Amino acid sequence: MIEIVSAERCTACNICVHACPTNVFDAVPGGPPRIARQADCQTCFMCELYCPADALYVAPSADRPDATAVETAPRVQALMGSYRSSIGWGSGRTATAKRDSSFELLERAH
Amino acid sequence: MAVHDLHVLSGADASVRHDADVLVIGGGPAGTWAAVSAAARGARVLLTDKGYCGTSGATAPSGTGVWHVPRDAAAREKAKASRLEMGGFLAEHAWMDRVLEQTWVNIDTLTEWGYPFPVDENGQLRRTSLQGPDYMRLMRKAAKRAGARILDHSPVLELLVDDRGAVCGAYGINRQSGSTWIARAGAVVLATGGCAFLSRALGCNVLTGDGYLLGAEVGAQLSGMEFSNAYGLGPAFASVTKSLFYNWASFYDRDGRRIEGAGSSRGRGVIAKTLATQPVYACLDRADEQVRAWMRTAQPNFFVPFDRQGIDPFTQHFPVTLRLEGTVRGTGGLHVVDESCATTVAGLYAAGDAATRELICGAFTGGGSHNAAWAMSSGFWAGAGAATFARDARAFSHRRAHRTATVGLGEDAAQVWDPDEVIRAVQAEVFPTGRNWTRSGALLEDSLGRLDAWWTRVRRGRPAAGGVQVVRAREAAAMLATSRWMYRSALQRTETRGMHRRAEHPALDPAQHHRLVSGGLDEIWVRAQAVPTPAIPGAFGGRAAA
Repeated sequence: MIEIVSAERCTACNICVHACPTNVFDAVPGGPPRIARQADCQTCFMCELYCPADALYVAPSADRPDATAVETAPRVQALMGSYRSSIGWGSGRTATAKRDSSFELLERAH
Repeated sequence: MAVHDLHVLSGADASVRHDADVLVIGGGPAGTWAAVSAAARGARVLLTDKGYCGTSGATAPSGTGVWHVPRDAAAREKAKASRLEMGGFLAEHAWMDRVLEQTWVNIDTLTEWGYPFPVDENGQLRRTSLQGPDYMRLMRKAAKRAGARILDHSPVLELLVDDRGAVCGAYGINRQSGSTWIARAGAVVLATGGCAFLSRALGCNVLTGDGYLLGAEVGAQLSGMEFSNAYGLGPAFASVTKSLFYNWASFYDRDGRRIEGAGSSRGRGVIAKTLATQPVYACLDRADEQVRAWMRTAQPNFFVPFDRQGIDPFTQHFPVTLRLEGTVRGTGGLHVVDESCATTVAGLYAAGDAATRELICGAFTGGGSHNAAWAMSSGFWAGAGAATFARDARAFSHRRAHRTATVGLGEDAAQVWDPDEVIRAVQAEVFPTGRNWTRSGALLEDSLGRLDAWWTRVRRGRPAAGGVQVVRAREAAAMLATSRWMYRSALQRTETRGMHRRAEHPALDPAQHHRLVSGGLDEIWVRAQAVPTPAIPGAFGGRAAA
């Protein structure tokens, strides 16, 4: 579930407020969006992909909040933006869809 | 349905009014293809999504295979034959042929639009899979470029019908601003996805059967609702129910002993059975270095939970679970009656997982690839059909519009119900594998007793919450209605066929080689309907899927 909106990194662009398919965030005038409905988060990681500032962190736990997911943890710092990087979104990157090797696996799966 | 007793909609009933030729409800693959296709026929298109078109639905956060087969007769025959038996011979050659062809054409279109398909070592484009985030970002752009207007975070609360019962728009709410809206349209496409009962399977929590309820309230029929018990396999702690890679997994008990017979596809029943009494662990220990490398670029999302949890899935045992994906990976949905994916109601079309996929998959899921092919094909046809219908139904904007919701929007009833309580009650009946993976007459009746009682309460009462919370109330009602169509259909099919398994009827019954069409709200009806042109007619005695 979504755990972190980094006040340090967030530019208050509110893209996540629009992009979240389950409407988890509320915009806050002049500041970072608020996680208003964490229980509605479906842990799809889409907000991270759409955040141009890598200011969001979605913990892997789908059914309950994760109290250990705090911004100051070095482990979390290292993971923020990692999924966006791995699919090649963001300026100066190339979408890794171009290197999608699913066809190799689909041929061997069954 | 009886139009005369419906509430007539007046302009004062909503704060914003939109006019369109075609209203598309749902902005996943089926909805966006419908929007593109309708706009290409000159229709003014309005697309509404409960969430955000581009991230909403099961496809966007995933990767998906695509049932993309070259224009080669032998290759296509082989592709069609591969799942006929698993599907209990309920698919039809003609529908499979047209889906394969339309998918081929649409994938060419995606290539022209710049989707970055990979190239293999021989320089050939490989187009049998799509990365969800890239695909759906592109589809949103394509819909907008085609001229469709998109309303995000704008769930539909009910459909509108004219004096003759033809669908002529919808009434909804913007769940961020709280303002209500009316869209008047010449025709409507339901592309709302299936129903996964808020199980938190990847991308599935927007898929609450909304379109089934909207459709049934105007008299639309469903088909194959017994084929609704797909469970996605994934790490117990995570949402990522992507199961392809478990073909390279072994399954273990808590002491590290191999669980014999457990597997991702044919052995999933063993996993379900074992999970009923003890935890099950997986390890992708059958993947060699090459396969591991391919996995990383094939599905980056697969690794996100592991990387964040600090688990190496190739060497460590991790707990797995089965999350209900219902009709998202099942095949049941709205009954379509012609090649334009029209429902039985004038002006109403269905596409993607909102529609039945029995036509190409029969009684067993084709997995993501068939669903992806069906979504882009049925969306394309439904959009075109709706555009044609709207053109023929000129002057629609002058028709009187009637509201059609039967539950969740009442304000004056004395009895109050809590949407979250209804949702938990429905989940308690449909989540357990002991009730839903393998069904039995006794437990189906047992569940239906409670579900029907809830329906009566919900029907007569009003939801506790107001404002935008009415959206959750309608979702609760849709899931409740869906569970009743599911279990009534499952009760009627006294055999095991495809994914529908009956404990006391473990074999396929040749006498039940038919579809089960269902409908109704207070009184649910189910009736057998012959498969018009069954593939391999009379080829019975096949083994049902495990």
